[in-house]
Amino acid sequence: MYTQRQTRIQNILDAVVIIALLALYGCGNPPNNPHGDADRRVNYYYDTFMAPPKHLDPVRSYSSDEAVFVCQVYEPPLQFHFLKRPYELQPLTAVHMPAISTRTVEGTSCAVYEITIEPGILYQPHPCFARNEQGELIYHDLDDRDTDGFVQISDFKKTGTRELVAADYVLQLKRMADPRLNCPILSTMAKYILGLDRFHADLREQLDGVRAARRRAAGLFYNQTEDEKQNPILLDYALVDLLGVEVVDRYTYRIIIKGRYPQIKYWLAMPFFAPMPHEVLSFYGQAALIERGITLDRFPVGTGAYYIETYLPHEEIILARNPNYRRELYPHEGEPEDMARGLLRDAGKQLPFIDKAVYVYESEYITAWNKFLQGYYDTSGIDSDSFDQAVVMTEQGVALTDSLKDRGIGLITAPTASIMYFGFNMRDDVVGGLNEKKCKLRRAISIAIDIEEYLDIFSNGRGIPAHGLIPPGIFGYFDGRTGMNPYVYDWDARQQRSVRKSIKEARRLLAEAGYPNGIGPDGHQLTISFDNMLTGSSYAPYINWMIKQFRKLNINLEVNTTDYNRFQDKIDSGNFQFFNWGWNADYPDPENFMFLLYGPNARHGRGVGNNTGYVSRKFDRLFRRMETMENTPERLKIIRQIQATLQHDAPLYFGYFPVAYSLYHDWYYNAKPNLMGRNNLKYKRIEGDLRARLRSEWNQPVIWPVMLFGLLAVLACVPAVIMVWKRGRRP
Amino acid sequence: MEAGEAAMIAYIIRRVLYAVPTLIGVNVLIFALFFVVNSPDDMARTILGEKNVSPAAIENWKQENGYHLPLFWNTQAAGIAQLTDTIFFAKSVRLFVFDFGNSDRSGTSIGDQIRMRMAPSLAIAVPAFILGLLANITFSLIVAFYRATYLDYWALILCVITMSISTLFYIIGGQYLFAICLRLVPISGYESGAAMFKFILLPVGIGIVSGIGAGVRFYRIIFLEVIGNDYIRTARAKGLSEIRVLFKHVLKNAMIPILTGVVMTIPFLFYGSLLMEAFFAIPGLGGYTLEAINAQDFAVVRAMVYLGAVLNVAGLVLTDISYTLVDPRVRLG
Repeated sequence: MYTQRQTRIQNILDAVVIIALLALYGCGNPPNNPHGDADRRVNYYYDTFMAPPKHLDPVRSYSSDEAVFVCQVYEPPLQFHFLKRPYELQPLTAVHMPAISTRTVEGTSCAVYEITIEPGILYQPHPCFARNEQGELIYHDLDDRDTDGFVQISDFKKTGTRELVAADYVLQLKRMADPRLNCPILSTMAKYILGLDRFHADLREQLDGVRAARRRAAGLFYNQTEDEKQNPILLDYALVDLLGVEVVDRYTYRIIIKGRYPQIKYWLAMPFFAPMPHEVLSFYGQAALIERGITLDRFPVGTGAYYIETYLPHEEIILARNPNYRRELYPHEGEPEDMARGLLRDAGKQLPFIDKAVYVYESEYITAWNKFLQGYYDTSGIDSDSFDQAVVMTEQGVALTDSLKDRGIGLITAPTASIMYFGFNMRDDVVGGLNEKKCKLRRAISIAIDIEEYLDIFSNGRGIPAHGLIPPGIFGYFDGRTGMNPYVYDWDARQQRSVRKSIKEARRLLAEAGYPNGIGPDGHQLTISFDNMLTGSSYAPYINWMIKQFRKLNINLEVNTTDYNRFQDKIDSGNFQFFNWGWNADYPDPENFMFLLYGPNARHGRGVGNNTGYVSRKFDRLFRRMETMENTPERLKIIRQIQATLQHDAPLYFGYFPVAYSLYHDWYYNAKPNLMGRNNLKYKRIEGDLRARLRSEWNQPVIWPVMLFGLLAVLACVPAVIMVWKRGRRP
Repeated sequence: MEAGEAAMIAYIIRRVLYAVPTLIGVNVLIFALFFVVNSPDDMARTILGEKNVSPAAIENWKQENGYHLPLFWNTQAAGIAQLTDTIFFAKSVRLFVFDFGNSDRSGTSIGDQIRMRMAPSLAIAVPAFILGLLANITFSLIVAFYRATYLDYWALILCVITMSISTLFYIIGGQYLFAICLRLVPISGYESGAAMFKFILLPVGIGIVSGIGAGVRFYRIIFLEVIGNDYIRTARAKGLSEIRVLFKHVLKNAMIPILTGVVMTIPFLFYGSLLMEAFFAIPGLGGYTLEAINAQDFAVVRAMVYLGAVLNVAGLVLTDISYTLVDPRVRLG
């Protein structure tokens, strides 16, 4: 029988245990759910990001991990159709595709792109637009006291909005030239947008003038960074004319291009050409906000389907539905097989479907992968380490493993608009040059590098061997025998596919190049240096594999591994012989690949893009003809000629086109890869109830091993306790 | 003020003043070492990314971020400006007043980031430290009690085995067992407030278990040394129970060497554990430092190394002070 004191102690202990279990397990939520109880059955999308974004300012952001966020918030005038392939541009905020005319400006023939935007498009609710009853902006004269303790944009109590106007697009174009913003495409756009280079120089002069005056006033202890944090410089873009942009009326603006540049239409689908309201610049230009890290680079402002609700780049980033988003509908048409895939089920419905997208920072792939299998992330890529767990190769091709199929997980694959290639230094005495012997040397090496084997060993087969520069899905890609590189492959008529030439053929070419059996005219073995940035022990197998490829020709491959910056230095100075690299397309046009070998872009001459230093009059002539053409049969013919030239000259060994594999759960709808357009979140749909049910089913806790361990631990203490008791009783 | 208090204050002031040249040296050394390995061009390229990074863009970045100046001495300036118009003066001198400036990569205030990220690091480090210490002391006292028995022998073997296992194995094994197989805790993640409990349970547990082997062995030796003293034999002879002897007399006298290790560790709790934070997605200072190193963010690397030096000095001073608290024979000065 318990005493009153014992009963009280027992009750307290029971309460402690119950509270601990409730704290751990919540109320019916699986205890291993990292998202908390509030997410059950809600219409949220969960995903990960592996690196905190550097920039969310659309004029600075250029990497694909930033595009995940930027492209949901900002809306340029055009977008890529979600379903149609090949990729097709369509209006986004524009009423129709740009109207193109010509004009002569200062003796230069120019193309004029006139864009009319839809009336009535509103920005997301944001404090920069908040006004008082008198109509005055209330947060544009802030000091430290007003923002004390603020860390997020949601700390501001009031918000407002306004209509999108054409002048906002023009302002953003001008921002591209702001020297402080380091716009990555400024040098490209300055070649084409009339007056942009002069505008940039004028802004630089304005900026330098302000800084010089401040330096003179401050004296010896002037610190530019600290001074501009406390007294930001607001450049007046209106002080200088930019000839290449015009505001026609409230909803219409023009971009004036020097000469012809049809690829500008692709750039018009990128966030660089998104609108920027002047209220945003004056709001974020305040010292009180800059001090707190509340900047445009972290808290974007747009008209997109989503806005950034929470920005904690080392924890999570949450996008929430923009309540002011206009009426946009799910597309009615796509590819022929989209209907069967269920991708037209939501045709005609209003976007977006998802209320919130929660992106969680995961620095390790393995933890993200396991959480995906538990159902806590809705989609996932496939790492090499988990490839065998996810995918098997069958006679029909790639298929999911049974364990993933049982969970209703789906797989989609798509060739990326990118290429991984191996390049030769065309200015090198040994491997460079355009005479036939040097071409044969490079072709011999190209045959020896068995890219099919590489894909099997190192990439789980996730790639398509490249016969030219242009990947599948982009105008100018040739499949089958038409596209085959005849210097590296033969056509097998029986199997109807290309087969790599034999190593015997490579050796023959090598001998004709002046290196019989890999021995040079001086009697020594040919040595070629392989410059790379493959630091890390995980690359050792690949490097060994490369050495073996060259050994087939009795060529000694000297591996020079350096860090990224030293590698760049070598490329810049032309101090290399052979390297490998990749290119990810900005837009789906062959020009964006061919420019990698255009002579004037040769890196060694301080150009950008042509790392091999390849200069061929024939190639350059054909490229200049092709670069501004529309996609016509004539253009295709020129591209074939260019491809044949490259295959003959072999400044690169083309390597392969990577194929992206993505997995998604059963409750995730409208999964179609769109590798050009990144504003796809608005098309996705989640079935929250199904997700909650399956998560609960898959994640029931297993408690008995812990209880068993506890019991065994207690039992193990019994002999020890007996020993203590006996010692205590010893006289 | 008593003589003892005055002596302690004088001692602390003296130690702080001794730290100043140390911190100056650390500041100069971090700066020199960083720029021996990386040039401002390298930093610009890493931060600007891989696409379309032209020489003009690199120069522009350097100009905008103050890295276009010479490192230590500006031969093109006149007078004192030869010293002040340099990267070192612009970027590193402010550290002495604990103004860490902004991150080169993201532009955010480093001081704000440190303040924000300290809490998650401490949320793991403090419980792991306190509970680990309690566990180590308790187990080592028990092992000391059962000295020269089979329990002692097998405990030592177990300690060596647990010490030999890498922390990474504990982390991955722990996640696999408790989060994936048993589904008792989340694999990784973090939330502030009361919801934090389920996220820190596993990393704290791993922190305790991974340190037990070394801890028990170390404290066992200390306790055995104290147990061999005459006054312990006297206590037993007076009829005190073994438990009382251990927990009252042995433990108290073993406090000095225990404090040496413990107090020294306290300042570094703020730094967090790089591995733990990376695998458990804890947004702490360990992960912050690791990201900065990978991104060649000199401003953050410099700030964190400097902070580490300050914490080291603080740890040493605290250790000396703590001696006087536990051992009346020790006097400062």
